[in-house]
Amino acid sequence: MRAFPLASLAGALVAASLTSLAAELRGTGDLGLVIERASGSLQIVETTGRTSLGRVEGLGDLSHATAVFSRDQRYGYVFGRDGGLSKVDLLERKVAKRIVQAGNSIGGAISQDGRMIAVGNYEPGGVKLFDAADLAPIADIPAIAAPGEKASKIVGLADVPGQGFVFSLYDADEIWLADTTVPAKPRITAFKGIGKQPYDGLVTPDGRFYMAGLFGEDGIALIDLWRPQQGARRILSGYGRGQEPLPVYKMPHLRGWAVAGDLAFLPAIGRHEVLVVEMRGWTERARIPVHGQPVFVIARPDGRQVWVNFAHPKNDVVQVIDTLELAVVHSLAPGKAVMHMEFAPRGEQVWISVRDADRVDVHETKGFARVATLAAEKPSGILFAARANRIGF
Amino acid sequence: MSCRLSSALLGLATIALASSATLAVEPPPARQKELTHLLIHDCGSCHGLTMKGGLGSPLTPASIAELADETLIAIILDGIPGKPMPPWRGEISEDEALWLVRILRKGPDHARLPAR
Repeated sequence: MRAFPLASLAGALVAASLTSLAAELRGTGDLGLVIERASGSLQIVETTGRTSLGRVEGLGDLSHATAVFSRDQRYGYVFGRDGGLSKVDLLERKVAKRIVQAGNSIGGAISQDGRMIAVGNYEPGGVKLFDAADLAPIADIPAIAAPGEKASKIVGLADVPGQGFVFSLYDADEIWLADTTVPAKPRITAFKGIGKQPYDGLVTPDGRFYMAGLFGEDGIALIDLWRPQQGARRILSGYGRGQEPLPVYKMPHLRGWAVAGDLAFLPAIGRHEVLVVEMRGWTERARIPVHGQPVFVIARPDGRQVWVNFAHPKNDVVQVIDTLELAVVHSLAPGKAVMHMEFAPRGEQVWISVRDADRVDVHETKGFARVATLAAEKPSGILFAARANRIGF
Repeated sequence: MSCRLSSALLGLATIALASSATLAVEPPPARQKELTHLLIHDCGSCHGLTMKGGLGSPLTPASIAELADETLIAIILDGIPGKPMPPWRGEISEDEALWLVRILRKGPDHARLPAR
């Protein structure tokens, strides 16, 4: 008689501990996502013990995917190639909500107050706004630059201070600034004549400047968001010095860009160089020869190092630039197809995805030793929840 | 862009002599594997893993149906001037380009995700 209630008590305890497992009391500041691009899945990882906590599946086509994070850092919003927008619970490790909001999308941003998600789309071109809580649609911004034209593909979408978003129109050679103070009625300021074929854009860490990299010409479009009435200007014009650009086998990505002190580090298009810009006068300070066509050029959070990965077929190498010497001081060869790098919030470690080796490597940034390796299926983007606190991420 | 792209394609199409090319040599199995990997992952970085397009045009069977083999081979090997599509000559032979075109025309099969 006595054994019975005991057994059921034990059973209840086991059940209780199982259900509380997912809800175990912990923060999310050291959590992150590793996108597994070919299998439509992602892993939830933690950077303290450098382990994977589990996998979340069913996220659609992640061949080009990125994510932003809720301001409480509990949720990641994952943008997939197929137009999917998935709200992923980092603690419960499951998809909390998923919608397919367009046919083909590129990425997105979260508003300053964390209440709105903006998605940049290729097909149909434009930006859509969603409620961050339940992903209900709020507003649609078709990127039609002139009557009768097709909506442009959107690139370089980022949040800006003052409850707005900024993005570039790849097909229309324009930059648009959307004021979303009234979420359902975005007010657009269009900047024309910004240069040919903007391929990506970024907002500086202080939220003041927006830059769009240009594919169609040597130069960068720059807007001072404190003084938008001054319009867009061109910097680094003619950085190729008239030389024929080399083929670009993968487009550079500008988000996660590199600012170190008053210097910005940018990938050159069609050249095996990183361009260094003096941010006070927006003039070229140096150009650093590197291993290949740079894809990501990312500063360690303290700005002392800049890490660079490269386009096919030279994508097996990662190089480290010292920002005092303005030269490459270290090279690593993690393996074929290094896709992305992400620093721990204070930069003591960097996580590197090596797609073709199905591996994520963790290196110390001081001494460069590899300190951990995680198995992942065709990993691409690595995105840590600490991005939630950064403007332009 | 679609307008400029079509005119670029049209220009290339006029160079094409016939609507379909003949494959002299089938790439050996190991090379086929490399090419498929390249197609899915490297072409896929602009055209999408499922070839439904991205910054690059869609390459689904329907979207390339009206383009001759020669046109597509020329685009693969020489790229599209003024557009991000780079030339792959040197890395991919003419026969291999045709083999890739055949795969694209077959459709979703090529885009099937690698076995896990």
